[in-house]
Amino acid sequence: MKEYLKNTWLGVWTVLVGMKITFKHLFQPAVTIQYPDVKLPLPERVRNRLYVNIDDCIGCDQCSRACPVSCISIETVKAIPGEDLGQTSNGKKKALWVTKFDIDFAKCCYCQLCVFPCPTECIKMTETYEFSEFRRQDLNYHFSALNTSEAIEKKNNWEKFQAEKEAQKAAAAAKPAAPQQNPKTEGN
Amino acid sequence: MFEWLSDLTGNQILAAFISAALPVAFIVPFVIFAVWLERKVSAHMQDRLGPMRVGWHGWLQTIADFFKLIQKEDIVSSEVDKKFFNMAPYLVFIGSYAVYAALPFSNSYIGSNIDLGLFYIIAVSGLVVAGILMAGWASNNKYSLYGAMRSAAQIVSYEIPTALVILAMVMFTGTLSLAKLSDLQTSSFWNWYIFGGPDWGWSKLLVLPFMLVAFLLFYISSLAEVNRTPFDLPEAESELVAGYHTEYSGMKFAMFFLSEYGNMFAVSAIASVLFFGGYQSPIGYIGNSLGISWLVPFEQVFWFASKGIFFVFVQMWLRWTLPRVRVDQLMTLCWKYLIPYAFVNLIIIGIISLI
Amino acid sequence: MALKTEELVLNMGPQHPSTHGVLRLELELEGEVVKNVKPHLGYLHRCFEKHAEAMTYPQVIPYTDRMDYLASMYNNFGYVVAVEKLLGIQVPERVEYIRVIMGELQRIASHLVALGTYGLDIGAFTPFLYCFIDREKILNLFEITCGARLLYNYMWVGGLSHDIHPDFVRLTKEFIPYFRPRIKELNDLLTFNKIFIERTANIGVLPVDTAINYGASGPVLRGSGFRWDLRKNDPYSIYDRFDFDIPVGQGLVGTVGDCWDRYYVRVQEMEQSLRIIEQAIDNIPDGDVQSAIPKRIKPPKGMVYSRVENPKGELGYFIISDGSTSPFRVKVRAPSFVNLSVLGEMSKGHLVADVVAILGSIDIVLGEVDR
Repeated sequence: MKEYLKNTWLGVWTVLVGMKITFKHLFQPAVTIQYPDVKLPLPERVRNRLYVNIDDCIGCDQCSRACPVSCISIETVKAIPGEDLGQTSNGKKKALWVTKFDIDFAKCCYCQLCVFPCPTECIKMTETYEFSEFRRQDLNYHFSALNTSEAIEKKNNWEKFQAEKEAQKAAAAAKPAAPQQNPKTEGN
Repeated sequence: MFEWLSDLTGNQILAAFISAALPVAFIVPFVIFAVWLERKVSAHMQDRLGPMRVGWHGWLQTIADFFKLIQKEDIVSSEVDKKFFNMAPYLVFIGSYAVYAALPFSNSYIGSNIDLGLFYIIAVSGLVVAGILMAGWASNNKYSLYGAMRSAAQIVSYEIPTALVILAMVMFTGTLSLAKLSDLQTSSFWNWYIFGGPDWGWSKLLVLPFMLVAFLLFYISSLAEVNRTPFDLPEAESELVAGYHTEYSGMKFAMFFLSEYGNMFAVSAIASVLFFGGYQSPIGYIGNSLGISWLVPFEQVFWFASKGIFFVFVQMWLRWTLPRVRVDQLMTLCWKYLIPYAFVNLIIIGIISLI
Repeated sequence: MALKTEELVLNMGPQHPSTHGVLRLELELEGEVVKNVKPHLGYLHRCFEKHAEAMTYPQVIPYTDRMDYLASMYNNFGYVVAVEKLLGIQVPERVEYIRVIMGELQRIASHLVALGTYGLDIGAFTPFLYCFIDREKILNLFEITCGARLLYNYMWVGGLSHDIHPDFVRLTKEFIPYFRPRIKELNDLLTFNKIFIERTANIGVLPVDTAINYGASGPVLRGSGFRWDLRKNDPYSIYDRFDFDIPVGQGLVGTVGDCWDRYYVRVQEMEQSLRIIEQAIDNIPDGDVQSAIPKRIKPPKGMVYSRVENPKGELGYFIISDGSTSPFRVKVRAPSFVNLSVLGEMSKGHLVADVVAILGSIDIVLGEVDR
């Protein structure tokens, strides 16, 4: 009998305690915001879409190797001697044409492992998180500054240069007595 | 009201029809308001905002949802029992709408001023059970049937404590008619039955705690009658699917919900008539003090509606606070706790009313 | 003459609001009573262990995040502790303290999800949102430190990816007095509510010997009354320096080892985590969090099994190294996978509606179960 009355009392009392809590919350301000009109400020270290400053990229391929999901694909072509690619912002001389630098954001897992190895700090995570596309192919971002025809041109230049070097080597090997020409200086 | 209308139109049938259809003009705006209120109350209790875009703070959201439901395809599976399947939502709605006939909205409007008001209400709300069972059976779905049977068992069991409390009130007040009950609780809110009634004396003092118990018992069993949490097994989980209205889509589904909210208001209104003075105002009538006597019925409608809406708000408050009970615990609660307490209450109030 | 009854096989399919992910449960019923439960797994299998064989050691860490996605810090913690044992390096004190603080904050966040969703399974809608409001504060702390809210990639082999933010200590100190009254509020609203107690007490009782035989760990084991916590019984990192209790189930409102006990053990663990954070947050020594990170991680040949106390139980990593920069084999002993095996034992004899309550009290995350 005592159990019965205790159950009844507990049933009523705990319900009233719960009701008091929800009633108190009825008058507290809401913690949600109305998203598209109001957006929360993002902290500084936030990890969203990547951005590559292609002018600073030296084509070292470290970021692509660090990526766990292989979403960065880089293709480079060596510059022929005499071409000046300019310098990166911290003074390094660039020696490779970056013909392809694609990041597929459908694969990127936003882990930030590519940011750390970059020697020139040209790949960074930005604050952009609203970049949905209608087609999956549009999520494949191309960061390279060379368009297709320029890329093909650079590649052809390099292959021609290689072929010439090969021909010279063959000619030099075929004429052992002939004086060696000065090897062309490569770059500066 | 009926006489005034028949004088106005000169045709008794038309007057009867208008008189019977008038609560629809109340129910539909009420449901629109109640659904919005539920969403806002639930949102603010959970520290969030709720609908905000469709109209000021989202008050048009219900209307938008209604339009969406109307234009939905009415999917009727081929194996159902078509007659019962189509009839069930309407039967459920009729069961809850018929209760409005006996509710006194003001001292000059009551759908049907029968002397057996309370008895009629309990009787006619049993139609809902028939509708639910029809819906469960006709859906040709094992789980709908389970859900419907549970819901029917729940409603039928919880009618017993309701009836016992109403019996106690009838013994104490001496009348079954809702209009007369509201009339008795005039002139100040200390005359309300929750405080013991209009007859001052020893009986009023003695009956006070038992009236409170009676009100609590009535409120809890009315929660079970309308399938609200913590007794919302038929709606929410019901084992694994959505219960007796799984197979319904579009307008029929809207009918079920219309009838649920209508039912919520109906039982809240009965609770307020029985214990809290019905359409009587706690602070006197502005119409009377200003001398505009025709304003008084409108004020009474206002007080009636607001008391009903307040109890609907408490129902919503309970929904968002409490977890659900399991079906066997629901039955235990009814038969082992509510009914003994209701019996004891009945006997004691009966004894006190002899004083 | 005995009645011929048929056994009914009911399928709680992969898509279900109460199974915490894609889990398929095959229930064998006799009437309403459950006779056996067979879980069918594998719907979320993403070949973590195979990926790990192709990645270098630092690249595995984002993959470990995604196993128990509600407690990512601890997955990272377990992995880096294992690899550091293999390499034999010692991390700076500062790193140890920060790892403990992050781990305990993550424990609170994971338990908040467990408690909130359990309330949702039982039918109480509001505690879920209150828990998530508190969880937001913790995720904000994580966001200012490493930039992500759910999958952190924060603990690296030999150190951390970032040092803590300058505001971190102040904000954590503000979080602790904010959160203590919220635990009390949760208790008032849900834990001691009579209806909740009726739904969860005496349901799914797990005797201690059954739990140990099945290999259960974490709150499932502690709820049955057995005081076993890897932070005290097999200490890793610097947990032996902190003073905290291990709550066990005592059958306060039912039998020892029922669903309510497991639930209450989690509530009390949140309080104990706050104690650890309080002790650690004031004493973080100075140092460089990245000084001990090796340039190339090439552990010597060997194998190691190391275990940590995940919010869900004992998380173990078995790593075999063949001397190269990628592991030869990484095997993960996921606590939810082992805890799930007890489901059949616990549900025998209960009604179908209780299976949902029992499943919620084990607190599984399908990412961990299927890896």
